[in-house]
Formats: sequence, structure tokens, C-alpha cells
Amino acid sequence: MTKLPALRRSPIALVVLLLLGLTMTGTAYAAFKPAAPVNPMEQAANASEEDIETGRKLFLANCASCHGTNAQGNGTAGPSLVGVGAAAVDFQVSTGRMPLAEPGVQAPRNARAVNFSEEEIYQMAAFVHSLGPGPDVPEPEYLDASQGDPANGGKLFRTNCAMCHNSSGSGGALTRGKYAPDLMNVTPAHIYEAMQTGPQSMPVFNDDNITPEEKRDVIAFIKDIEEGGSSYGGHSLGSLGPAGDALFVWTFGIALIIGAAVWLGRKAS
Amino acid sequence: MSNLPDTPHGTAVPATTEGHSDRSLAVPDRFENPGMPPHAPRRADVDPRAAKRAERQVASLFLLSILGTLGFLVAYFAIDPEARGHVPGIGLMSLYHLALGLTLAISLLGIGFGAVHWAKTLMPGEEIAEERHPQRSDEETRDAAAQILSDGYRGAQLHRRPLLLFTAGGALALFALPLAVQVVGGLGPLPGDRLARTHWRQGTRLMVDPAGTPIRPEHVTQGSVFHVMPEGFVGEEAEHELDADELLVAKGKDSVILVRLNPEDIRSQKELDWGYEGIVAYSKVCTHVGCPVALYEQQTHHLLCPCHQSTFDMTDDCKVIFGPAKRPLPQLRISVDEEGYLQAEGDFEEPVGPSYWERG
Amino acid sequence: MTTTRVPQGADHLRRHGRTTAGAPPTKPTLPPGVGWADERVGAAKGMRFLLNKVFPDHWSFLLGEIAMYSMIICLITGTFLTFWFVPSMGHTVYDGQYAPLQGVGMSEAYKSTLDISFEIKGGLLIRQLHHWAALLFIVGIALHMARVFFTGAFRKPREINWVIGTVLSLLAVIEGFAGYSLPDDLLSGTGIRAMAGFMQSAPVIGTYMTFMVFGGEFPGELIIPRLYIAHVLLLPALLVGLFTLHIMLVVVHKHTQYPGPGRTNDNVVGFPLLPVYTAKAGGFFFIVFGMTALISAFVAINPVWVFGPYDPTQVTAGSQPDFYMWFSDGALRLLPGWLEFTVFGTTWSFNIFLGSLLLLPLVWTIAGVYPFVEQWITGDKREHHILDRPRNNPVRTAVGVAAISMYTVLALATVNDILAIKLNLSINDITIAFRTLFFVAPVVSFWITKRLCLALQRADRDKVLHGREAGIIMRSAEGRFEEEHEELDPYTRWPLVQYEPIRPLSLTEGPDVNERGVSRRRQMTHRLRRSMSDFYFADRVEPVTPAELAAAHHHGEQEAIEAIEQHSDPVNAIPGEVPHGRHHDDH
Repeated sequence: MTKLPALRRSPIALVVLLLLGLTMTGTAYAAFKPAAPVNPMEQAANASEEDIETGRKLFLANCASCHGTNAQGNGTAGPSLVGVGAAAVDFQVSTGRMPLAEPGVQAPRNARAVNFSEEEIYQMAAFVHSLGPGPDVPEPEYLDASQGDPANGGKLFRTNCAMCHNSSGSGGALTRGKYAPDLMNVTPAHIYEAMQTGPQSMPVFNDDNITPEEKRDVIAFIKDIEEGGSSYGGHSLGSLGPAGDALFVWTFGIALIIGAAVWLGRKAS
Repeated sequence: MSNLPDTPHGTAVPATTEGHSDRSLAVPDRFENPGMPPHAPRRADVDPRAAKRAERQVASLFLLSILGTLGFLVAYFAIDPEARGHVPGIGLMSLYHLALGLTLAISLLGIGFGAVHWAKTLMPGEEIAEERHPQRSDEETRDAAAQILSDGYRGAQLHRRPLLLFTAGGALALFALPLAVQVVGGLGPLPGDRLARTHWRQGTRLMVDPAGTPIRPEHVTQGSVFHVMPEGFVGEEAEHELDADELLVAKGKDSVILVRLNPEDIRSQKELDWGYEGIVAYSKVCTHVGCPVALYEQQTHHLLCPCHQSTFDMTDDCKVIFGPAKRPLPQLRISVDEEGYLQAEGDFEEPVGPSYWERG
Repeated sequence: MTTTRVPQGADHLRRHGRTTAGAPPTKPTLPPGVGWADERVGAAKGMRFLLNKVFPDHWSFLLGEIAMYSMIICLITGTFLTFWFVPSMGHTVYDGQYAPLQGVGMSEAYKSTLDISFEIKGGLLIRQLHHWAALLFIVGIALHMARVFFTGAFRKPREINWVIGTVLSLLAVIEGFAGYSLPDDLLSGTGIRAMAGFMQSAPVIGTYMTFMVFGGEFPGELIIPRLYIAHVLLLPALLVGLFTLHIMLVVVHKHTQYPGPGRTNDNVVGFPLLPVYTAKAGGFFFIVFGMTALISAFVAINPVWVFGPYDPTQVTAGSQPDFYMWFSDGALRLLPGWLEFTVFGTTWSFNIFLGSLLLLPLVWTIAGVYPFVEQWITGDKREHHILDRPRNNPVRTAVGVAAISMYTVLALATVNDILAIKLNLSINDITIAFRTLFFVAPVVSFWITKRLCLALQRADRDKVLHGREAGIIMRSAEGRFEEEHEELDPYTRWPLVQYEPIRPLSLTEGPDVNERGVSRRRQMTHRLRRSMSDFYFADRVEPVTPAELAAAHHHGEQEAIEAIEQHSDPVNAIPGEVPHGRHHDDH
């Protein structure tokens, strides 16, 4: 018998392999974190005729196949966009959800799929805004997390958002494959617009329900988590609560100790 | 009774079992335990240099532990407890916590690995055998014990006076009852009909949770969802005025979820009638084990409970369409008061929350 | 390993070396303190009894120690936590240094947990140590229990200790649940909410029981003080008491050992408590403690400030209990709603209490009675101190794996929402798949495990009969290539041949019908016992006997292989294996 197979059969090798595998997946997971924010957009109400016209052309080229040439919807292919407002356009297009790449239960956020410049998105938003009144893109003063109260935001978040997005903003499951996405690295404007327009499964939180100031508090709360405001005790294990702890303790945790036990029980050479 | 050969493990008494009985007598039926294998000495047993090396390794581990302990003390007093920083692979965390944890680990692991390494390399390496004896006492002891028991029984005259046995038994069986009654009786009040009632009354306004502001129907736009509590049980004022107990109980059963549906989508006439222009209010307490059923999907109008995934259809009396719950969520009858705010038209007509035996 | 004896000179040299290195020339006497104690309490007798105890070396014997040491770590860190924790649900407003909760109303319990984490120097480390050690405690118990089960260590005389162990594991789980509930954060409050739901679902007594435990309606103000006293006094007292008994019984019974040369049912081979196991077991305590500290230093657990204070109107996605309650919570996710119905104006919620109030006692009762059931089936009343290799009792091993698979399906059902988002699946599909798996997984895993065990036993037979592959390829005269096989030495062979196959009652008692073909009159229970015995032991592989080995040598390797290949029954490919049904061929 050569040394190598003997080593391969050793329980220590198994432990090392397990640890290695887990570290690799952990590192890979960290590497895939999506990239960060862009600046808030100008109000669509101030758009020029020219912008609206360019927006209409962009709309016809990119969106009309699903939403209809006059944006009044096209059966099951896409809903009417009359009255959804500029906020909805900015949210859907600049997070890469629209135009939809392929039909599915839910349009995924995809920063790499944004094929429009900020100006083009603005023009499309202006066009949709011109079709009927709807929520406009948020004003910058409500997007400044530093002016918000994260404690009040936390209260609002736990009542209105945590049941879907998790109290740590790490996302959660909905019915039939739909999900509430992770809220980390979402721009303040997009957080605001999502609350205001209620994209896809998400309900609307209009200004009578959660005021613009309160929305800013919610943004401040989410940004605080994102900036590590709640990170004290070490690796968060994906902020999955007891599920992450269980996975860790049954793999790494117990492997460390059993590894020591195996070493202890082996005869010294 | 036993269907096993009466051989204990590891002894070489030939087993007499069918199928093997025709074997030649020269060969035993079973292998014999070869006894302890020869002792193979360790490197440190034969090589003084290896032994010295092991000694140094053990001592270094103990030394490391001492350094860890000192490090903990230094960290405890010298580092700012609020110090935080980025740690590769982890991200932001408390550096104070990390320093304390790491030094404590070094202090403990140094002792642990040192002691085990010492045992493995330098302490006696030859296994020894300790004899085992059956758990059963020998006959003499058993007889003696039986005699004592019998003497005791007769000495107490239990064989002649069974009345003593029965009354003593009865007294001992019952003596703990007063204590048990005291505890059980005092632990909590009887339920009464408390599970069947909430704090909703005719005219109680629906208030936004947690802000505590009243709601006008026009605020409730289609697609939006309001988390609602009854007036007087939400907001800053209620937090100050109510006992913690009262407030918690109210939160436990009064919470309501309010949405506006397109009246055309509503499939139940009762739901439509109990709502206001398509605005409907349902108890937010799951009929399974009581978690807040708060996940409202505005496109499908499904309500999902995040605890056990019971799914309710808001367009059809909140009937269960998936998951472990059985009963629909109770609907709260609502209307609009003179000032134009949403109000309740009385309590829920059935108990909210998890099922219980006497609810019917 | 080799059969030739290694010269023992080296050891002699060492012993010799020690004497010349200055061992005391005179007879050693007791150190002063010990002598003093001996005169008053007879300490020397106890030391003589205990310090020479022999412990066999095997890593799997340390799984129980992991549990024991984790419990001690919990006791130490838990005591520290009580110095600061306030077990009250009284309302207060946070004003500490964690900004995102400043000004938020919360309970005293939650606030004091935040204070331990942020205001007390090193408090967060103690909290994380406590929680990680608690998880390791239960992982240790689970693995230890599995080891004891699969090696048959629960057999006579250790049945009582198995029962004590199962009670300990139940207490540990309840202790964990109580501790998890104390900080009164959003997750733990949701757990208590579900607990209230379980209790309320009990027929007849449900509402009374709930009102008693909660001191009124859910949640009230009393549940945390009550769980606290259970967590820090009642349950630890029971745990420590029963645990002491558990260890005392280990001393009384002496440790079991794996089969091996020199290991018999009448001895225990290993290292003495002093000095080797004092250093090893003592050192292992520090290793477990140190590893837990290492984990606690780097990995966060239960960051209650992220979850927020408990508010019964709020809930978070991903609401799971700690893993040891998963099987129950998972059962609640899988049980369909139609199990609840109304009879004569009373509501029977089987969908709830089947998965909670019934499931918990059921799981532990089944575990607790298993040794007695197996003993009833085998009728084996002897003491067993040599462990079974799991493969040598295929059906027990398969039953264990099947039970674990059912438990695992239930447990994983608890994370169906996490699985849904991590694997991009529909939570509904996952739930339905788990409902199916709950019934399919035990059957499949039973079958696979049993086959695997039989195959491993066959491989053992093969190794004994034909030796092990020497790694040398020889070319025979006809030009065929064969690997040289090296015969096993008696020490290596022994563990493979030492076991006693248990034969089914239908074989040992004879057929179920008498000579005239009429069924024998037997009691129902005995018929059940016979069929259980068949279920357990009809398929088995018997160990190689010296005669078979001699025959294999006599015929030569090649002929033996050919003989096997020509055998008519493919399952019975190896002589000595008795497939199911063979004993019926006799009539």
C-alpha cells in the first residue's frame, strides 16, 4: 500500500476536504455580490417635449411588444403602463428587470442587463409619465439616508417589510417560486420607488400609508444594515437566522471538533 | 428461550449451530481471538531526540496558552470596546470581540492540544486490559438481599397488617395533591370566552400600525396594503397608557390587514358586503398557529404566512388554498364614520387565531 | 500490520531509562492533602477505584464528551449571563449605544440582552459562546446517540442508560427552546407564538393549558419569567442530575469497546484514567471550549438586534427555530389542513397537535423503547460489551438510517422557504416534494442501507477468504494478469470474523407448521415475534469459519472464484450467506 491512498482514506482528509469545499463556496458567494448605486434622477414632470418624444421612440422599440404600442397593455403579455408613473419606469428599467429577458414567475433584478443610459431611462419615464398621472421619481431630499431616523425606519420595516424581505433585508420566499429580493446594494431611489409603486408581487405603500419622511427612515434603516451597522459578532452566515447557524454547526463547527477527536484517538507514530 | 448460541463474544468455545456441525473436528467452528497484538513502540519511546522534540512541542503549546491568556487581559483593558473594523472574509465586525474571542481560544486550545499531545507522545503508549465482571450479583449476595427485604417486610408487620400498607400507600399517593392544586390553580385564569373576543367594537377606528393614524378610504389605493390596529391600542400614547400586558395581548389578536381590491375581482358577496367599496379587512392572525399572516402579494391577492406557508385567497373570503391551515381568516366588517375615516362595524363574528377545542 | 512480533526492547529501554532517570527509590506515599482526605473520607479507596479505570481509544467515544463539555461550557457562560439578564416582559425604551434601536419600545428582557451584547465588556463573546455551545451540545448528543444506536451499545446491561440518554436529549431540546425564547426578539417571540398555538390545539385541555402556562392570554407578561426559571433552574437541575447518573452508570458498566484482537466481552482494553485519560479527556475539554471560543470569535450567532424586539403584529421572513426543533416545525409545515375537523361542536386540529404535542413524545418514546423491542425480538438476555460493527446488524442499521431519513425530511421541511430562495424553486413544489419524501425516503434508505451492509459483509468475507490486494500484479503461465493477494494476519482478520450472526426464530425454532402440515398454535405475540425476527435476521451474511478458510486455501484462489461464479443463486454468491427464504426450502 502506498502512502497516498492511505491518506485519502484518512478521516482527517475528509475533514480538510469538507472545510475546503465550504470555504470555496463562501468565497464564491461573496464574490458574486451585485455592484452599487447610481445617482437619483430628475423629476419626470419637468421633462421637455423632446425628451418625451425620444422616450416614445425608445418605448416603441423596446417595450411595445408586451405593453402595446400605446402602452395600454397587451393582454397577458404585459400590463397597461398608463398611470404607473415615472417612478415605476425608473425602478423597472434601471434595475434591469425590464425589458423582460424571458418570461418567468418574476422579473429578476439584473444590474448587468441594463442596456440604457440614464438619459434614455429618463426619456422613457417621461413618456410614460405623459400618458397619465402617476408617482414621479422621488425628490432627492427623501433619498438622503443620513437625514433619516433608522430606529423609526426599523419599526416601519418590521411591520411592513420584514415579513417578506426578512428583518435583515436578506430576502424571502413567496408563493410558487416568487420571492422578495435581497435589499442589500439597492439604491435609495429604487427602494423608494419600490415602496411607492409596488412592483410585481410587492404591495404599494403610498404616501398616506408611509409618508415620504418615513420612507426615508426605512431607507436609512436598510442602508445602516448594508454599511455594517448591525455587524458586531463576526460572519453573518448570509443573515439567514437559525438556518445559517445550523448549516455551520453541522459542517464546520462539528468538523473542527471531530477532527480534533480523530487526532486524539489515533496512536502517535 | 434464547435463539442464540450461548457463547459470549470473543471466547473460543466452539459454537454448536446447525449447518456447521458436519465440519471436521480438527478445525474449530469459529476463529479464536488472537489476543493482544504485539506492542509497536512510538518514535518517542525509542528515540530520545524524538521524545525531547515532543516535550518541546508540548511545552510550546502550554506557553502559547499562557500568551493567549495574557493577550486576553491586554485586549480586555487596552482595546476600545467600540472598536470595529473590516476583517477579510467576514466584513465589518467588532474588533474588541474578535480580540477577546481569539485570545481566549488560543489560551484554551494551547492547554487542550498540549495535554493531548503529551498523552499521545510521552505518556505510556501500551494499552492495558481491565477485567469485567457480570453486573448480576452472585447468588449469595442476591439471597442475602432477599433475606433483608423479607425481614424488613415482616419486621414492619406488613404481612399481617395489610391495612397499614394500603393506608400508607394512599397517604403517600395523595400528599402532594395540595401542592399540585396550589400551583396549577394559581398559574393562570380560566380561559372563559376571552379567545373568542378582540378589542374591535362598533365604531372603533382602523389605525395604521405603528404610526397610529386613522385611515380614509381614498388612502387605500388599489395594490396597497395597510397593517392596522384598533384605535387606542397603537401608537405612542397607547404605549404609555396601557400596561405592557394589555398592549401585548391586543397586538396578539387584534391586528388586521387592510387592502383594496377591485370589486369585480371579489368572488364572495359576503366579502364585498362586509368591506367598503372593495376595501376589505381581515384578521392578520393565522388560523394555524397564530403567526401574523402578513405577506400580501398584490398581483395574485394571496396572503402567505411566513411561519408555515399557509396561503389564503383574499378575493374569496380568505379561504385556504395551500398549506397547513384549515379555516379562512375571519373578516372584519368595516364602514366609514361621519368624519370619513374607516371604522369597524363590531367585533369579528368568530374567534380569531389558532384553532382550539371548544371553538366549534 | 504484520504477524512478526516487534522486539519489545525499545520499551524495556524506556522503562530502564526511567528508573535510571531518578524514579523514587522508596515506595511512594500519599501526598499530604490526599492523606488527610483519606483519613476522613477514605479518599484513597475512591482513587484506587477510579484512577485505574480503563478507557478505550476511539474518536467516536468522544462524541458524548463533546456533548458533556458543551453542557459544561453552557453552565459556565449561562451563569455569567444571569448576572445581567433581566427576565421581564415589562415595557421599556432603549437608550443604549445601538443606534438603529434608540427610542424603540421593547421588553426588559430584550433590552438587557442588547446591553449584554453592547454595554458589557466581552458580553457578546459570552452570549455567542453560550449559543454556539448550546448548538454543539445538541449536535454532540445527536451524534453520540447515533453512535450508540448503530453499534448496539444500548444492549444489556446498558438499556437503562439508553433510556436516561433519551430523556437527557429531550431535556436538552426543551432547554434549548426555552433559552432561545428568552431574549424576546422577533424570532424567539414567533417561536413562543407557535408554541401557544400548539398547546391551544390540544383536545379538551388546550385552552386551559395555554392560559396556565402563559398566565392568561397569549403572550401576557409571565411567559419569559417562567421560561427563565425553567431554563436556569428546573431543566439544568434535571439535566445535571440525570447526566451524573448517566456517567455513574458508565463507570459501573465500564466502557464498551469495538471488536479487535485481545478485546473480549470480559475485559476493556485501553488507557488508564491516570495519567493518559486525565490528559486526553481533560485536554479535550479545553479543545472543545477553545474551538467554541474560536467559532464564537469569528461567526455571529443570534444577533437579536437585527431581528428587532418581539411585537406580536410583526414577523420576519425566514422564521425558523434552532435546528433541534426543526422536525416539529417541519411537520407543521407538511401536515395538510384537512386534518382539522369539527365533531359535535368541538374542533380537532390534528394538523397542529400531530406535528407538535404528539410528535415530540412519540419520537422520544420510540427511541426510548427500542432496546427493549430489539431484545424481545432476539430473545438475547446476555450482557454485551463488544460493539457491533453497524454492517453486522444490517436491519438495525437500516432501521436507524430510515428513521434518520424521516427525521431529516421533517427537519429540512422547516427551511423550505430558505431552500426556495437559495435554489430558485417554488415553495409549494418543495412542500409537496417533502410530503412525498417523508414516505418514500425511509423505504429507499432502508433498502439501500441494508443492501450496503450485506455488501460490506460480503466484502469482509472476501477479504478474509482471499486476502487483501498486495498491489503486485503477477502474470500467470497462460498470460493472464492477476493481482497477488496477501493473506490477512490473525489480528487483522479477527474483527472481520468475530461477530455472531443472529439467526431468525423460524430457523432456530423450526417451521411454522408441524409434520402434518397444520399450523402450530402459537400466541399472536409470538407470531409477531417470529415475523419480526425474520424481518431482522432472515437476510444475513455469516462470518468466515476456519473450515471455510481452509477450504479456500485448499482449492486455491482461482477455483474458489470459479465456484462462486458458477453458483446458481446470484444473491447467494458467497458461501455462508443465507438469503431470505432459504430456510423454507427445507419442506
